[in-house]
Amino acid sequence: MTPIAGPASYKLFGFIPTIIFSQLIPIIGVALFGYIIWKRFAPLLKAAPDNRFENIPERIKNLFNIWLAQSRQPRYMLAGVLHIIIFFGFLVLSIRSTSLVVIGFADGFVLPGLGGVLGDIYNFSKDYAATAVFFACLVAAVRRGVFKPARYAVPEKYGHDHTSEAVFVLALIMTLMLSESLFEAAAHAGGEGGFLPPLSLVWIFAAMLHNASPGTLQGLHIFSYFIHDLTFFFFLCFLPLGKHFHVITSIFNVFFMRITRGNIKPVKHGISDEALDDLDSFGVKKLEDFTWKHLLDFYTCADCGRCSDQCPANAVGRPLSPRFISIKGRDFIFKNYPLRGESNPDQPVMGTIYENDEIWSCTTCGACEQECPLGIEYIDKIVDLRRGLVDEGEVPQTLQKPLKALEKRGNPWGKMEKKRADWAIKDEAFKAECEVKVLEKGVEAETLYFVDSISSYDERMNSIARSTAKILKAAGVDFGILGKQEKDSGNEVLRFGEEFLYQDLKTQNIDAIVESGVKEIVTADPHALNALKNDYKLDLPVKHISQVISREIAYNKVQLKPVEDSEKIYTYHDPCYLGRHNGIYDNPREAIDAIPGLKRVEMDKHGDRSFCCGGGGLMLFYEPEEEVRMGVLRVKMAHDAGANVIITACPFCMVNIEDAIKVAGFEGEMEAIDFSELIANHIK
Amino acid sequence: MEILVCIKGVPDLEENEIEIKSDGTDIVRDDLVYSINEWDNYAVEEAISITEDKGGSVTVVTVESDEEKADEVLRREMAMGSQQGILVTDAAYGKGIASVLKAVSEKGSYDLILTGAQADGGEAQVGGMLAAMLDRPYASLVNMIEVIDDGKLKIGREIEGGDQEVSEIDLPCVLSIQTGINEPRYVSLRGIRKVSSVEIPEYRASDLGLSADEIGIDASKVKRVDYFVPDLGEGAEMIEGSMEEKVNKVIELLKSKGGMS
Repeated sequence: MTPIAGPASYKLFGFIPTIIFSQLIPIIGVALFGYIIWKRFAPLLKAAPDNRFENIPERIKNLFNIWLAQSRQPRYMLAGVLHIIIFFGFLVLSIRSTSLVVIGFADGFVLPGLGGVLGDIYNFSKDYAATAVFFACLVAAVRRGVFKPARYAVPEKYGHDHTSEAVFVLALIMTLMLSESLFEAAAHAGGEGGFLPPLSLVWIFAAMLHNASPGTLQGLHIFSYFIHDLTFFFFLCFLPLGKHFHVITSIFNVFFMRITRGNIKPVKHGISDEALDDLDSFGVKKLEDFTWKHLLDFYTCADCGRCSDQCPANAVGRPLSPRFISIKGRDFIFKNYPLRGESNPDQPVMGTIYENDEIWSCTTCGACEQECPLGIEYIDKIVDLRRGLVDEGEVPQTLQKPLKALEKRGNPWGKMEKKRADWAIKDEAFKAECEVKVLEKGVEAETLYFVDSISSYDERMNSIARSTAKILKAAGVDFGILGKQEKDSGNEVLRFGEEFLYQDLKTQNIDAIVESGVKEIVTADPHALNALKNDYKLDLPVKHISQVISREIAYNKVQLKPVEDSEKIYTYHDPCYLGRHNGIYDNPREAIDAIPGLKRVEMDKHGDRSFCCGGGGLMLFYEPEEEVRMGVLRVKMAHDAGANVIITACPFCMVNIEDAIKVAGFEGEMEAIDFSELIANHIK
Repeated sequence: MEILVCIKGVPDLEENEIEIKSDGTDIVRDDLVYSINEWDNYAVEEAISITEDKGGSVTVVTVESDEEKADEVLRREMAMGSQQGILVTDAAYGKGIASVLKAVSEKGSYDLILTGAQADGGEAQVGGMLAAMLDRPYASLVNMIEVIDDGKLKIGREIEGGDQEVSEIDLPCVLSIQTGINEPRYVSLRGIRKVSSVEIPEYRASDLGLSADEIGIDASKVKRVDYFVPDLGEGAEMIEGSMEEKVNKVIELLKSKGGMS
């Protein structure tokens, strides 16, 4: 029996050497791929600068966790496991695919080092890998094509459905797996021999070809080789044309992903705050105003829909879906930087692909970024787009008044500066119980309690300020407040794109803080915590009250009395700016659980998957188009969890949740209490 | 089209707590912050949109003895998109304000002069007086402007009952602008900084050929006699307490009087 000829030595019809094809296909494939990648690079080179080379060890860690170990994938169990199988299958099979290309020029080529036992082990694993990838793709294709999970649906305004592209690519991958296995099975059945892993695709094929004629086996061997070769290079060149670009870009995108949290990117990397005056334009107005990393994000989006599935704005029917921020951005690059023909740079993005209401709809809660398995960012993009809108004067009317009031009075309600400390000094009953120092005219303290606007001025939230003061007193902290010297922290001013107003507030606050001579800062407002800690970049430690009190409770310095009503079921709502943006999940829970007899349940969405209650700061003034309030959905989640008391640790959450309890019709049945209030009520 | 918009800095109710001075001559002005009069802001936005569409330029003018306050409102409206600013640094009252504005408008050549419908005084007199002095056609409380051609505008006014009246008016003319005519654009701090060093010509009344007794308090035909908070009338009730208590009380009252079921 003549042995089966490989593609390097086979002659089609007896006289055309197939080596011509196995050499031409890779040459054309690689050249085309190189050309496409070069074209895709063009906009990145024109984009705004971005500093992504600092803290390399942290970046490598992300690469291991998020890219290699796929740590964010199992958050969606079925899709995640399927992806992990395909991902690792690809990693294993990349070696096989490389050697297959070379086999086209040299029969029986084996990669150096894969000749002996190592080769056997490799072949064993790659056969199972191919089998696993094949079946994972099959399940994925049925899931996408038949079951159609809701999060992949494309709303009409965002264009056509993406199912066909997804299923097409799965079919390509399955073709690769089948042809690779068939190629090997034909050779095996033709007498090459060797061990085939039982129940692998190649094993099944070999069994099926057991009685096939040598001619059939030869034909199948060559046919499947070229099917694989063509599919492989087609697939390679197809990747950068759509959502499967992530197969190439993900490793870079994860390496360059954001490694700090809570902060907002500078207006322009490399431009100091002092030099901002010299910039001609602010924020993102045209495509190339995005940073190169943000354009890479657009390329990298795999259209998996997890961001939008977690996005509270999307959930309540606001005109924002983070997934389409990326998809529309990507398609806009493709359109203006086409593979053939002239590129069309400097195209405006607002009014073309993005709408004003879409950009103002974001509460900057960060759920999308927490979820994205590819490290795509949204908040910085939204803020950059808002900076552009503010620069053009396109700010919703409802936000203009609070912004002007912030400019004139340092708080969004336009209240008098001199009344900022009234919650502490005008209430005689409270004063008798808890004296609060105002750090002016030489009055000093170790710790600054940064109250921020809402807890200072809002009658309901004054109670949070007073409770916080009582906790600090009980913890034996020597503290004071800035009184009229304190301005709004500006957390939302920055995030709503009013950069200079934010800078102004920041400068006034930093001057007052430095002047006061305090050694650390405590706040009960997570938005203030975030701005002071992550945006101001102070040299002082900044802590949330839950961190202070949980430590005191742990050391038994503060004792809590049993819960007043042990029938009540409590649940803790993680504020976005405490949890996701600052990683404080456990401290509040520890302190709450230290109240004897308190029953607490978790909502389904908690911790880093907490659901934003509607946003704080300027978001309170924005009137979005929406079908239902975020707070209402959140209150229902608490209700579903069986809770009748929602504990928050943020005054803005309190506004939203208290309102939502009424709107949802749970008044009398459910209530909301702030963390500080709960703890202060239970201090012995 | 060359447009002159007359503007004024006023204590904005959003950012101040207004109290009346004990002698009843004025409000307490310590610790007040001043903003552009809301009506004037709409007028400036309207002027800018017209020139963006039809060409020309916008000049904003204010009559104000406090230069710092004047500078702030002028620059804010220039950051919005007005090309020129004019500051007249004199204290003018009543008819005196219109006299100053007349003199300023005669220094240039304006096709259209806009004023806010009214300012903090609530008299709503300046636009009408200015038109009369200039002998130009005038319409008050304008909430819609369409440019027909170089010589004519189509304007809308809201009349009683919320009905709309539409008229044609010949240019040059004077219009007083009602709020809601447009959505004024936002002025960022960066925008204000960008115009911070633009030269603003300053005049005294004397530079305009006016004497102090033509514009000063004595020239005003109307004298303010008193400011006071009205006494609690019969049947009136002030509701006290926290916001929540007040709201509950109002609901209770509305229910008890049959205003709410």
